[in-house]
Amino acid sequence: MTLGFYPGCSLKGSSREYAESVLAIAKAFDIDIEEINDWNCCGSTAAHNLNKELSLALPARILSLAEKQGFKEIVVPCAACYSRLTVTQYELSKNPKLKNAVTETNDLEYNGSVDVLNIIQMLNKYVTPDLEGRVVKPFDHKVACYYGCYLIRPHEILNFDREEDPRSMDEIMLKAGATPIEWAFKTECCGAGLSVSRTSSVGRLSGNIIRDAKDRGAEAVIVACPMCHSNLDMRRDSINSFLGEKVDIPVLYVTQVLGLAAGLDRKTLGLHRHFVNVTV
Amino acid sequence: MSKIGVFVCHCGENISATVDCAKVAETAGKYDGVTFSIDYKYMCSDPGQSIIKNAIKEKGLTGVVVASCSPRMHEPTFRKACAEAGLNPYMCEMANLREHCSWVHEKDDATTEKAIDLVRILVEKVKRNQSLDAIKVPVTKTALVIGGGIAGIQASLDIANSGHKVILIEKDPSIGGHMSQLSETFPTLDCSQCILTPRMVEVAQHPNITLYTYAELESLEGFIGNFKAKIRRKSKSIDEKLCTGCGMCTTKCPNKKIPSEFNEGLGTRTAIYVPFPQAVPNKPVIDRIHCTYYTKGKCRICEKVCPTQAIRFDQEDQIVETEVGAVVLATGFTVKQTDFFPEYGYGKYSDIITGLQFERLASASGPTLGEIRRPSDGKIPEKIVFVACAGSRDQAKGIPYCSKICCMYIAKHAMLYQHKVPGGKSYVFYMDIRAGGKMYEEFVRRAIEDDGVNYVRGRISRIYEKNGKLIVNGADTLLNAMPVEIEADMVVLATAGVANEGAEELAQKLHVSYDSYHFFAEAHPKLKPVETNTAGIFLAGACQSPRDIPESVAMASGAAAKVAGLFSQDELTREPLIAVVNRQAAPVYSSCVGCFLCVSACPYQAIEKEEFKNRTGEVIKTVAKVNPGLCQGCGTCVAFCRTKSIDIQGYTHEQMYSEVMALLNEY
Repeated sequence: MTLGFYPGCSLKGSSREYAESVLAIAKAFDIDIEEINDWNCCGSTAAHNLNKELSLALPARILSLAEKQGFKEIVVPCAACYSRLTVTQYELSKNPKLKNAVTETNDLEYNGSVDVLNIIQMLNKYVTPDLEGRVVKPFDHKVACYYGCYLIRPHEILNFDREEDPRSMDEIMLKAGATPIEWAFKTECCGAGLSVSRTSSVGRLSGNIIRDAKDRGAEAVIVACPMCHSNLDMRRDSINSFLGEKVDIPVLYVTQVLGLAAGLDRKTLGLHRHFVNVTV
Repeated sequence: MSKIGVFVCHCGENISATVDCAKVAETAGKYDGVTFSIDYKYMCSDPGQSIIKNAIKEKGLTGVVVASCSPRMHEPTFRKACAEAGLNPYMCEMANLREHCSWVHEKDDATTEKAIDLVRILVEKVKRNQSLDAIKVPVTKTALVIGGGIAGIQASLDIANSGHKVILIEKDPSIGGHMSQLSETFPTLDCSQCILTPRMVEVAQHPNITLYTYAELESLEGFIGNFKAKIRRKSKSIDEKLCTGCGMCTTKCPNKKIPSEFNEGLGTRTAIYVPFPQAVPNKPVIDRIHCTYYTKGKCRICEKVCPTQAIRFDQEDQIVETEVGAVVLATGFTVKQTDFFPEYGYGKYSDIITGLQFERLASASGPTLGEIRRPSDGKIPEKIVFVACAGSRDQAKGIPYCSKICCMYIAKHAMLYQHKVPGGKSYVFYMDIRAGGKMYEEFVRRAIEDDGVNYVRGRISRIYEKNGKLIVNGADTLLNAMPVEIEADMVVLATAGVANEGAEELAQKLHVSYDSYHFFAEAHPKLKPVETNTAGIFLAGACQSPRDIPESVAMASGAAAKVAGLFSQDELTREPLIAVVNRQAAPVYSSCVGCFLCVSACPYQAIEKEEFKNRTGEVIKTVAKVNPGLCQGCGTCVAFCRTKSIDIQGYTHEQMYSEVMALLNEY
């Protein structure tokens, strides 16, 4: 069975190393993965602030295309895209009127039959069961798993992991040979909403996260969301100026760590694309 | 030939605003068998009742239809009026023109038509009514009180002092309940144990009270005045008659690391234990889940050291069957534990404790002998944060109600902390301060103004540990929601008061209703606060909703007064609206064919078998018979009966059929 792949905008641009690592992992673990044809924007942030129907029609179109292409499951590595797609499925399943309106707008059939997996769910289904024995280079480091907001929330709809102190990424890290730290900033806001408009706030909010990770001895921060990554990695200068010191803990995608542990090439995993040098 | 009177009530304007009452009376007057009809402004008033009484006497009425409000409201009133005029009270019926018609419809001809229909069907019904006599049942003048906290203790003492017998059962090894765990009590700061223990002793010594500790209700059957209770006395594994309470066994028990329930897990106890020094009865029980002998088959040290040979490892649970006339439910409440709060670490930080745990820290008999020391390392906390409404008033947590006692005990906790830790800093984060009660507001002001407790209006979003401190993040909503961060040494959560685990199960066992939070439901929120919907079962204390001590005690005394009132009668009258199996002359005896489907259908085990014998003593027919003492008139058997041989008195097949036919204009 072929797993559908919805990259979304970030994975084609600023976070292309995330896409690279996802596809590298898929290849290494023989997952038949294929991009959804003619996909569009998931509508994250912009659309759901403007027009509810539009904010549902955009993800619905993606889901319809996936159905049309015959996918039973798709993986959505970006946490924001994952949230939009899942929330859309939920809203449309509850409200037939909206579903009809959206189907009409898109002029595409929508059944809601596709399972939407976030990256953790995909890894737990297709990768971690075979991981033992595939780990050639255990990622023997103290890591801080940072989940951000969209992977877990709204909890009532996503129903994934514990809402305040999630564990799923920590468990994957344990299997990759890493030592996850206990910390309280797993779901604190990184400032993603202000990533472009108020970078000083990003420096403060992400700074608090990086500081706690550093204080607890983390050697790397592990994420599963492009926005988390850009804020903690790309905005490191503002973080450092907020902290008043130079903190050079690298930020890795969960897929990059698994790739490293499985002995994949650093370049294939896109580790050279980060702002903070990945020294681990 | 029937002579029916129809009395149409305006209920002020409640009915007459939408129903043409005069027209209803006029139309009813034309029905076959109706000899008198009238409308009046307030039929329930004295003059209104006089109209009915006079009509009965003067017109020789054989049946009465009062067309007014719901029978739940005034049926007893009108039946009594009929009886006073010499008519059998069960010859009076009510047509509900208010709840079923005027309140739910607009003013319209159709509304009046419906009112006329309602009257017409009752006229046809009452023509077929039969005179009935109330059933008399005896009263067993012993009360069963379930739960030995302050509410159960108070109820037991009050009932016992009014001269009636009481059986008090408590599931724990000692009575005392949550009150025995408390340090001092608000708003007077008197020692909880000092005022409670004399009451506990009084219970144990009272000649009218039989106390069963370590016991639970197994089942309850029967009805008001005549309940049959089965009580499970869990095995204590000791012979209470021989045990002197010397304490040798508890000192020598090698299994000393069991978290103490009495100390809310902050201290430890042994496997054979007395929960606290002032326990009543002051005799130990063996906790079989933890005892080494029961888990591993070896030890028996307590048996060796016991000077009176009172240990009984092979003792079994004992079932006590007893008859009681009334039940008081006083099973109390429990509080949410810290693991209920993901945002405060899912219970993983040992220095975040519940209010009840703080009580144990502040109590002279507690694990720290009254010194405020934090659980993780025993240090005296220099900075302490109290979080009000932890879970309460939070829809997202499923607890939208106010737990009521927290505002007061938090003020007390902060005050006690300030008294015990001079120079310490305390913060209370609150939503609102709810201090309604005598001297309550003054008490809170004292905490703030005299003892210097910092009250911050705002919620705590997260607590986490860093470098041995608890970082408490919140907002001060009186300073424009300014973020507040406090590095505290200890945090006390005023966790929500919730119903006991198993409350729902107990309610079902007793056939009493419970609310969506599993607290037991009172019969009326204002006018019947201590009664349940099941006659003869009463409520006291926090099993009904969170309550403080004065309220629990008042409620317990209220329930006790209800029980004493019930026991002041030698027999009770019950409505005769019960099932009867039809009887005919020999040789048919009854249309019942003896299939006894009704026996399996009856939820009250009220149906027996009756045999008819011929002169030689040979059984020629066996039919069903209803025990009028047990039947509750639910009608389930009627629906099951295949030969229509069972009727509910007052609601017979014939009566129901005539109502339907009247509605179809077949008469």
